[in-house]
Amino acid sequence: MPLTNEEVLNIAHLARLNLSEEELALYRDQLSAILEHFERLKLVDTSNVSENTGVPEAGLLRDDVPIQGLEFEKVLLNAANIEGRQFKVPPVFGS
Amino acid sequence: MTDGLLELGISQAGALLRTGEISSRDLTRACLRQIETSDGLLHAFLTLTPEEALFRANRADFFFQQIRRGNHTEPLTPLLGIPLAIKDVLSLSGVRCTCGSRMLENYIPPFTAAAVDNVIEDGAVILGKTNTDEFAMGSSTENSAFGPSRNPWNPDHVPGGSSGGSAAAVASGMALGALGTDTGGSVRQPAAYCGITGLKPTYGRVSRWGLIAYGSSLDSVGCFAHSAEDAAILFETIAGFDPRDATSQDIPRPEINLDQVDGLQGLKIGIPQEYFIAGIQPDVEQAVRNTLHTFEALGVELVPISMPHTEYALPVYYIIAPAEASANLARYDSVRYGHYHAMPGYIEQYKHSRGEGFGPEVKRRIMLGTYALSAGYYDAYYGQAQKVRSLIRQDFDRAFTQVDAIAAPVAPTTAFKIGEHATDPLSMYLGDIFTLPANLAGVPGIAFPVGFDCNKLPIGMQLMGRHFQEELLLRMTHAYQRETNHHRLKPNAGIR
Repeated sequence: MPLTNEEVLNIAHLARLNLSEEELALYRDQLSAILEHFERLKLVDTSNVSENTGVPEAGLLRDDVPIQGLEFEKVLLNAANIEGRQFKVPPVFGS
Repeated sequence: MTDGLLELGISQAGALLRTGEISSRDLTRACLRQIETSDGLLHAFLTLTPEEALFRANRADFFFQQIRRGNHTEPLTPLLGIPLAIKDVLSLSGVRCTCGSRMLENYIPPFTAAAVDNVIEDGAVILGKTNTDEFAMGSSTENSAFGPSRNPWNPDHVPGGSSGGSAAAVASGMALGALGTDTGGSVRQPAAYCGITGLKPTYGRVSRWGLIAYGSSLDSVGCFAHSAEDAAILFETIAGFDPRDATSQDIPRPEINLDQVDGLQGLKIGIPQEYFIAGIQPDVEQAVRNTLHTFEALGVELVPISMPHTEYALPVYYIIAPAEASANLARYDSVRYGHYHAMPGYIEQYKHSRGEGFGPEVKRRIMLGTYALSAGYYDAYYGQAQKVRSLIRQDFDRAFTQVDAIAAPVAPTTAFKIGEHATDPLSMYLGDIFTLPANLAGVPGIAFPVGFDCNKLPIGMQLMGRHFQEELLLRMTHAYQRETNHHRLKPNAGIR
């Protein structure tokens, strides 16, 4: 079933992407076509199959050992908006 | 001796460097000159580091001198003084790393990726960072925000992707080897399109630390070179355990032995019927079948096999990779790094910065992944995809009880024309059908040149192997390359 404009806007909101009118129409059609192609996946019988993350099981845990962090100046260099040694962000609460 | 420098592979150049017949400085300068001559057209590089390259080349030459004079006893590494290119998704401290995206146009990483560190540690000379589809999402480099790379064999065609810049750089003699990444075929497919050898190691064999993430359960760091022999040198250098990558496997660093007394005698190559389907360009299929006969002549037994879930690899990949990408790319919030558009509210700032910073394919995949993970759709899409992934993996497990390696074309066609798939993302995705399964199963794969099509564009074939059996794939490819000439041919049409 093709996606509606509202559905695409909701996905874009969840993904925190601002879309123009043209982008909305383009992605609605393209994502609908791609999802339709994916329908065939539902035909596969997976009733006795477990989910596979593909990630090997060993080595996922390690001891919690303190290490040297990154250099402050080098890290702050990449931020567009800083104040002193802090990142500056718009108000997070109540916006 | 400067004219022949661009013809050298890594091991040949290494031998000449050790005897002092050539210097790393001359070799590096020859590469930089080749970049100056050809990269205006090919656009393989996004950032060049010539000063650092010459500094490292001089240091390598000094080492060689010391060793020849007997003042130094440290063992020589095979990459000492060898000029390499690095895909611009792997961090190199102090050098901007764009991922082919406006989002990271001005991002300067404060650390170096483990794989890059390994080659630098072994004395390699880094020439610069190569073009890629934005965040490695694509199969042509056309999704780079900085414009596409071009194929050295015919500049009207794509070099493949996403590691297209690295492949074009090696094929055109701008670098002797290169590092790339392969999440759904991004090393093997550009290697095939550009007529060189490309290795995608087993998932977990090469540390992903310092690689800017796309699909974390699929991403593998791999390498490009002119031959399996040279790819083996790069692979030995970048493979190994790294506690900073939680999925890195704690097994010893590989020591590749390409020549075995009994050759390929007794080995079995599986030919899965699902990879030889209608729609493959006829001369691609013919070249692959010819190659299989060569392997047969080398003592390999060819075994018809079936991998019934192959056709589902495409939807499975294009659900799982975007789902992982949507989570990974949530970090681009404009606060710590990345494109920034000031707005009064943080959600609006987030949306505008991302809306401007990301290109169309990245937005498409982020939305696809967000949808597949969203409430009400998770089980139908992501959950089902993970289950079918298990079935694809079982196809491989079953096949490897019968055979030692699996042969397939790398892609259904040779390099397509720039712009050919521009308006239809799904048609572009369909070209990935033969490379995606190896990533979903985590197995290694190697692509190497096996001929040319009627338009003189290279044809590649791939061998896939059991987990951690890169050595066997390299050995088989090496045996083939000793019998044939395809890997020695270089493009020339106005480029070299």
